[in-house]
Amino acid sequence: MGGKMKKFFVILTLFISSIASAGTLIVNSNQSGAESSAALKQYIADFEAANPDVKVVLNEFESESYKVAIRNFLTSETPDVALWFAGNRMKFFVDQDLFRDVSDVWEEYGLYDSMASSRLSVTVDDKQYGVPWGYYQWGMYYRTDIFDKVGLSVPTNFEELVAACSTLRENNITPVAIGTRYLWTAAGWFDYLNMRINGYEFHMDLTAGKVSYEDSRLDMVFDKWAELINADCYLEDHASFGWEDGLTPMINGEAAMYLLGNFITGNLNTAGVLDHIDYFQFPKIVDGVPMSEDAPTDTIHIPAGAKNIEDAKKFLGFLSNPEAATKWANARSFLSPNSNAEPPSDRFQLKGVNVLNNAYGIAQFFDRDANPDMAKTAMEGFQEFMVKPDREAKIRARVEKERERIHGPL
Amino acid sequence: MTFWERNQLKLAPFLFLSPAVGLFLIFVIYPIADSIWVSFHEWSGVNRYALDDEGNLKNFKWVGLDNYIYLFTNDDEFYVAVFNNIKWFFFSLIAIPFGILLALFLNQQILGIRWVKSFFYFPFVINAVVIGIVFTWFYNPKYGSLTYLLGFFGMEPFPILSDENYATYGIIVASLFPGIAYTMIIYITGLTAVSKDMIEAGRIDGASGFTMFWNIILPQLRPATLIAVVVTIVGALRSFDLIAVMTGGGPWGSTNVLAYKMYEDSLFNFRMGYGASTAVILFILMDIYIAWFLYRLFKRESTEK
Repeated sequence: MGGKMKKFFVILTLFISSIASAGTLIVNSNQSGAESSAALKQYIADFEAANPDVKVVLNEFESESYKVAIRNFLTSETPDVALWFAGNRMKFFVDQDLFRDVSDVWEEYGLYDSMASSRLSVTVDDKQYGVPWGYYQWGMYYRTDIFDKVGLSVPTNFEELVAACSTLRENNITPVAIGTRYLWTAAGWFDYLNMRINGYEFHMDLTAGKVSYEDSRLDMVFDKWAELINADCYLEDHASFGWEDGLTPMINGEAAMYLLGNFITGNLNTAGVLDHIDYFQFPKIVDGVPMSEDAPTDTIHIPAGAKNIEDAKKFLGFLSNPEAATKWANARSFLSPNSNAEPPSDRFQLKGVNVLNNAYGIAQFFDRDANPDMAKTAMEGFQEFMVKPDREAKIRARVEKERERIHGPL
Repeated sequence: MTFWERNQLKLAPFLFLSPAVGLFLIFVIYPIADSIWVSFHEWSGVNRYALDDEGNLKNFKWVGLDNYIYLFTNDDEFYVAVFNNIKWFFFSLIAIPFGILLALFLNQQILGIRWVKSFFYFPFVINAVVIGIVFTWFYNPKYGSLTYLLGFFGMEPFPILSDENYATYGIIVASLFPGIAYTMIIYITGLTAVSKDMIEAGRIDGASGFTMFWNIILPQLRPATLIAVVVTIVGALRSFDLIAVMTGGGPWGSTNVLAYKMYEDSLFNFRMGYGASTAVILFILMDIYIAWFLYRLFKRESTEK
């Protein structure tokens, strides 16, 4: 965009904002899909009821195209509120001075108390840059009927998990369903293996680019992963399937387990098999390494260029309202970061609360903790490793080269 | 006489041209020039004109040829993409002979041929995204119809789109589906211009069947062939939509092409400058091809005159 174009947009936005009287709050949302959209609209309706002088204007984007659009609208036609994700994805915009420091909202609405557990996920240099509205646990979802039929109990350590794979294979069941076509499902396995073997701090250092991917401590992660691959744990041809295609065998009763986020229960419910599904925490691998979990957090932010900052702060602060916070999170099977929110009644959410409350550390997820370009190269590597484990050295060298380009030599 | 009356004849062409030229400058020339400019910079795609305390651009940093140097010396994916583009270049030409065959087949005066023709137009009318999704289902190694088809011949199913050796060919085959329909349309139009007299003359001289086609019809279809080749190859070089839909560049980047790599680097990896440098390379490759093609065309035309 040239200087003139920019001036034109500035004039245009000034013009628009002069029409939009004070009290209009522009919200840009990535909550596409009927369920997600309805949940946000409910929150907006509750907010408007509590603040009758504020009128919310909602701009909805499809969630993938939102990732591209946000970089344009944060610098040109800035909304007053933008939905986004915690962790590195947020930090990217904080580093560019595109998100506003909202520590005062945290102060004013008592979020330091009610959202203490999620504070770090939206903190950069001790300042808060957003307010989380929901998060969800990751873990193993499995078919209880299949486990019963072949006489398996929930694996509590790595050896039992490998043994479960062979038992299931003997019974012609695919042990672990997965679809790695869009890469990130493979990263879930890497996250858990690394957190169970090397612990939370190491994992966070790695995703922050402070550790080499050729570091010897990662050897065991890839060894254990290869053990699972060689024990024929994973669905055949998983690189051909998206995560939902990969779920089909599990719905059909041909596969037993799936490592995924709690949103999987939505699909299993629609397919009518949720009664046969249960959840277990990813088993421990190395004794003495405290259990940490992936729990991606979704957030709301005030862009630096927002005009109606007063009302935007109210909109973020309204998440301190336990009722509104509960409604939004529950409508999505998410957990509310607000500790005053009503405890969930759904059994999967309850298990999630339990696992996450006892977790030693909470990671966002590989592609939210790592830089976008780093995540892409690494996840491509994970996918390749799951198909061709013998290429480990080559893959790790390639991923390390990308890490060095982005984060510099160690 | 006013200024306008005196110069009307001289000014009119410029006035009539100016809207088109203006749009062309704004929407074609300016983006090309700007992409080339961006390719010499490091930029995340955010806030290009933001200044730091000293009044310098802080997000838009001059790096000279660094992007190109990294592209050529350090990026294995770039060579994978170029190699895949070459595969696309050659294999997409398969559409042309099939297009001719279908055009000849449909160029008959039979009752209801219009209906039949319209069916053959379908692949060209359908959006590429739809074609991509349908072929992805077709190739699905678990539930796809190709699996049943192979099973019918007693063959094992294999995952075309997630096998690094076959995935690109799998996508090219999908691209032939609309490609053949398109070249067929070009040839059907071309066949209407074939001179009936020459066919008659050929028949009197005893030509028939393949001889007739090769020596009399095909030479007359040269303008159609020209368009078919140009359109097919330009389409192959900028192939993007089917890759995005069918594999997303995967498995592990093995179906990447330059256009997709550019899109991914700049829009998803936040490397606008680097993505722009890939775009510039693609632009140069296309320019070379088009220049060579035009050169041959003009040369041939001048020898014929």
